[in-house]
Amino acid sequence: MSKNKSSIATMVLSLGAITAIAAALLAWVNDVTKTPIEEARNAKKVTAIQDVTPAFTNDPIADADSIIPEGEDRTVVVFPAFEDGILTGAAVETYSMDGFSGEIALMVGFDAAGSITGYTVLSHAETPGLGAKMNEWFRDNEGKRSVIGSNPAVRNMNVAKDPGGEVDGITAATITSRAFLQAIRRAHSAFNQYCETKSHNNNEQ
Amino acid sequence: MNSKLRIIYNGIVTDNPTFVLLLGMCPTLGTTSSAINGMSMGLATMGVLICSNMAISAIKNFVPAKVRIPAYIVVIATFVTMLQMLMQAYLPSLYETLGIFIPLIVVNCILLGRAEAFASKHSVLDSGLDGIGIGLGFTIALTLLGAIRELIGTGRIFDTIIFPETFGSLVFVLAPGAFIALGFMIAIFNYFKNR
Repeated sequence: MSKNKSSIATMVLSLGAITAIAAALLAWVNDVTKTPIEEARNAKKVTAIQDVTPAFTNDPIADADSIIPEGEDRTVVVFPAFEDGILTGAAVETYSMDGFSGEIALMVGFDAAGSITGYTVLSHAETPGLGAKMNEWFRDNEGKRSVIGSNPAVRNMNVAKDPGGEVDGITAATITSRAFLQAIRRAHSAFNQYCETKSHNNNEQ
Repeated sequence: MNSKLRIIYNGIVTDNPTFVLLLGMCPTLGTTSSAINGMSMGLATMGVLICSNMAISAIKNFVPAKVRIPAYIVVIATFVTMLQMLMQAYLPSLYETLGIFIPLIVVNCILLGRAEAFASKHSVLDSGLDGIGIGLGFTIALTLLGAIRELIGTGRIFDTIIFPETFGSLVFVLAPGAFIALGFMIAIFNYFKNR
């Protein structure tokens, strides 16, 4: 195997040299990939926002606002969509911690009246084949599945199994469905709060 | 058979890391919920394995025996971290699917096992070939396992529909199905190998 004897000097020297080369290599790769990684993250957000909101002419990421929904302690980010200075809607990056496994992160789009224009699942760890179907299920036109076009202020955004609920949950994945709808309601209240503070600010000016 | 080809053949068949050596079970079971995931994981591991095998073979005469394991781990971890950053930058969607399993390549026994058993005793070229062989063996095993689980679980292979999803048996996409499918595959592999 090695022709070098295992003395303190050779051990320290060889390990030192290897770690130094490793550190230099990593620093270089980190430097090269820093901007592409940042761009890839932003690009994902921008496509998610474009997918769910009405047309916009502003930069929603630059105009983003963090909102803390009433009675909660975690912020929800609202990406407003303006067309020629008029609010046409917003994409809201929302979440639910009540899923079957871990956090569910969604991007939900609203028009100015508060109706849902679309949604995408940003990340989740739900069961494949069951809860993981949420990205297709809630835009399916069958029965009362779809949430697209409904306004959470008008339609009761709870699963039909629960009292008053008006949305069909995913078969065999009621926990995921409840969490999904909770995230939608959270997004809607954040959007409402955003609109209120905006009109309030405008009145003051 | 040519000795160089023999090294690659050994990696794929005689010393197949999944079916014969039974190394690297954690990513094998965790990432093979679909054929494409299994294949990507296999290819990622193969890339790191080729680089680490060659690097370790190159430094084998210079590293004292007593500190060889930490030295190997530093080399492996460096390549894995580089791969992770490159994937995040240029293949973000794939990176998201494989998630935690990419950094875990560092502790994949296949890499350290091949470093200790092969790369520390052979030339740089042979070690590179061993990396290709073992890497291909791992990739083929993971792709097959992923394809079988995807087919039985959801009725698709590489997202191409073979039969409707309603006939699928969901358990094969979940963790228990991984164990069941892998057990049968090892049995079949050994049956043909021992004939």
